[in-house]
Amino acid sequence: MDQILQVLSGNARMDLDKMAVMLDMPAEEIQKKIQEYEQAGVIRGYKPLLDYDKIDTELVEAIIEVRVSPQRDFGFEEIARIISEYNEVSSVYLMSGGYDLHLRVVGKTFKDIALFVAQRLAVLDGVLSTATHFVLSRYKDWGIILGENGIDERRNISI
Amino acid sequence: MMDMEKLIARRTAGLKPSGIRRFFDIANEMENVISLGVGEPDFKTPYAVRRAAMDNLQRGKTAYSANAGLMPLRKSIAAYMSRSFSLDYDPKSEIIVTVGGSEGIDLCIRAFVDPGDEVLVPEPSFVAYAPIVTLACGVPVPIPTLQEDDFRLTAAQLEAAITPKTKVLVLPFPNNPTGAVMRREHLEEIAEVLRRHDIVVLSDEIYAELTYNGRHVSIAEIDGMKERTIIVNGFSKSFAMTGWRLGFLTGPAPAIKQMLKIHQYALMCAPTTSQYAAIEALDHCEENIAQMRAEYNLRRRFVVDAFNRLGLSTFEPEGAFYIFPCIKSTGLSSEEFCEKLLYSQRVAVVPGNAFGDSGEGFVRVSYSYSVNHLTEAVRRIGCFLEELKQS
Repeated sequence: MDQILQVLSGNARMDLDKMAVMLDMPAEEIQKKIQEYEQAGVIRGYKPLLDYDKIDTELVEAIIEVRVSPQRDFGFEEIARIISEYNEVSSVYLMSGGYDLHLRVVGKTFKDIALFVAQRLAVLDGVLSTATHFVLSRYKDWGIILGENGIDERRNISI
Repeated sequence: MMDMEKLIARRTAGLKPSGIRRFFDIANEMENVISLGVGEPDFKTPYAVRRAAMDNLQRGKTAYSANAGLMPLRKSIAAYMSRSFSLDYDPKSEIIVTVGGSEGIDLCIRAFVDPGDEVLVPEPSFVAYAPIVTLACGVPVPIPTLQEDDFRLTAAQLEAAITPKTKVLVLPFPNNPTGAVMRREHLEEIAEVLRRHDIVVLSDEIYAELTYNGRHVSIAEIDGMKERTIIVNGFSKSFAMTGWRLGFLTGPAPAIKQMLKIHQYALMCAPTTSQYAAIEALDHCEENIAQMRAEYNLRRRFVVDAFNRLGLSTFEPEGAFYIFPCIKSTGLSSEEFCEKLLYSQRVAVVPGNAFGDSGEGFVRVSYSYSVNHLTEAVRRIGCFLEELKQS
């Protein structure tokens, strides 16, 4: 992966001048490259990585396994696109293995998600079955171990 | 009552305690101090390595190993030396697993130095060489390396320092504290001198994996040098395994045989659990090293640029994880600078003279910290320099 993308993957808010020094590249060139990535859709956006357990907000997340019947000429594309249209759905993946589509769905309450599955998802043409798994706790997300911030245990001993 | 102190051997009593101690004792007592002082990675040991240690403990692998180290580990070390530096060592007779790189230095110096023998020590450098030479009743002979030479040892300096009593040359590159490296062409020049003398090279390559512009070249790779060279290396810096206390020595069999005797009597063997972990590190963790190196490299460029912007002229280091800014422009000595900086802005850096007299006028800054930590430290040092200007 390009170094610029690597640095941004670690910290998308990295200051442009700092990045220029760290990568030994002119800031203008980095900016231009980033714009190109944005225009080409390589970079699709920037979001904070939130630890929802620390935010005082009601939020429930579920992983839903969906089995579907692929359609002639369209395969899984059509049904995946339809499901992707729902705002409640934050990601949709086509899977190998025992089921077809893997969804992440976010709602305010368990009931929200139950209703979404019953009223919007299960009823779609082509959906054969669903299995809903609620997220109970998050230990690691986006490569970051959640919970308490680590402290630096190193002492000024070694020289 | 018996006065124990009077009985201490003179050469032990005469050793200076490391100049850094007093200073860091103060720093460790103060609140809200930002340290740029440590000499160890901020990464944890890769999890696969920690796991390997746990698995072996679980299986009850808690006995002594062979004196020279577990054979599978020595084989892994041989394979590593071969693929990284094209150097072939026989696991049976040319490798010892040591308790950290430090023990390797001690073994080598004790094995070669007779009373009165001279050991050449380029400085600034790691603080342990000279005291170990002194304890072996040898004479440490410092060779000051200069900023205008990019802190490299030059052939002329080496030639001038050699006497009939010279027994060992310590070659501490990549260098702590300067970050200097010796590239192949520089090593060739040194080797040209060494080939004309019977001098052992103790090449301390503990930072070999942390080299940023091209790969590290060992002096043992240069024509005619393998037979004259003992390499000290280890797991502390490259694999972020400082607390495991594990290093290794490679060199010609006759020398290894002698050093093994000292190791055998003094330590028996290196910690077995650490040895099992190290096999995993060498065999499967190349990717982890590459990631850590890439991260250090980003920080390196950042701190060099930041310190130069602050007006403290900073040589661009090509190895290890330190920069060595010159603070002569402030008119302060290294120790004054560090002490004032600590009291005024609560930033701890190490005075350059702790690494030899030639380090006076410099300070050592470790960049083994997150970019946010480094940014805050740079900001505080900026404030400190402003204060100095106004006073």
